[in-house]
Amino acid sequence: MTAYTATITVRLKSGVLDPEAETTQRSLERLGFELEDLRSADQFEVDIDADDEAAATERVTDMTERLLANPTLHDYDITVEEQ
Amino acid sequence: MTVAVIQFGGSNCDRDTVQALTAMGVDAELVWHEDGLPASPSGIVLPGGFSYGDYLRAGAMAARSPIMEDVREAAESGTPVLGICNGAQIGCESSLTPGAFTTNESARFQCERVHLRVENADTPWTAAYDEGEVVEFPIAHGEGRFEITDDRLDELEDDDRILFRYCDADGTVSDDTNPNGSKHNVAGVTGDNDHVAVMMPHPERVSLPDLGSTEGRGVLRGFES
Repeated sequence: MTAYTATITVRLKSGVLDPEAETTQRSLERLGFELEDLRSADQFEVDIDADDEAAATERVTDMTERLLANPTLHDYDITVEEQ
Repeated sequence: MTVAVIQFGGSNCDRDTVQALTAMGVDAELVWHEDGLPASPSGIVLPGGFSYGDYLRAGAMAARSPIMEDVREAAESGTPVLGICNGAQIGCESSLTPGAFTTNESARFQCERVHLRVENADTPWTAAYDEGEVVEFPIAHGEGRFEITDDRLDELEDDDRILFRYCDADGTVSDDTNPNGSKHNVAGVTGDNDHVAVMMPHPERVSLPDLGSTEGRGVLRGFES
């Protein structure tokens, strides 16, 4: 078994309104920053032991699809690295 | 035969719901989620509140708790299931009902009375009303914006699965009468079968005569049939 850290980024699908990001963007603009757009995302780091990277990725993908992301709202990316 | 009102850690409309049902003469009891569903409940309520502190997404944790497997089985066998507010979020997160309820367009928690137009009066939850009738219920949520793909929403509308839309006192539905940015002003929908439904507004809070309006009883009558 090898120790891996998986990084899962869950973000809203394109076209889904992100009121918190809009509010954050307005606050940055009030502070005088210039920006074109701001998107928010959640990031999770999961430490797991697995036989290989493919097995680690498969397990983390299952975790993401069953809980961490809501398919109605979210897309996600997963990267897996050996610790 | 008793309606099971499921308590999760952080539920806070559970007792209100039992009280509202009891006052209507409907037997109802609180069921702690870890105790599992009683045998053959006459109905199930997923009540409002902040289960699991709304961690991750409102309703996400409760939707994956073991009792929800029992709820799903009961729903499939025809038991009426109603999710209110946090219970609506749980219902969508568990795929009992379509779509998702997410952050209000205002990005704020909103606690106010709203008008709702009855879209389909041919369900157990709306049979007490007429189609097009306007009722006034309270909302109290930070994550009540109904989100769903346009294609899926078209299907729901074609199949008459919208229970209520946010409107004004005259029943006009517009962006101005949409408190939270819900797609097409949707406030409540049914599952694949209309004995399963979820809604963000609180019928149980307008069901006790001592507190004023009892307009919400029409929804809770879905447990009388």
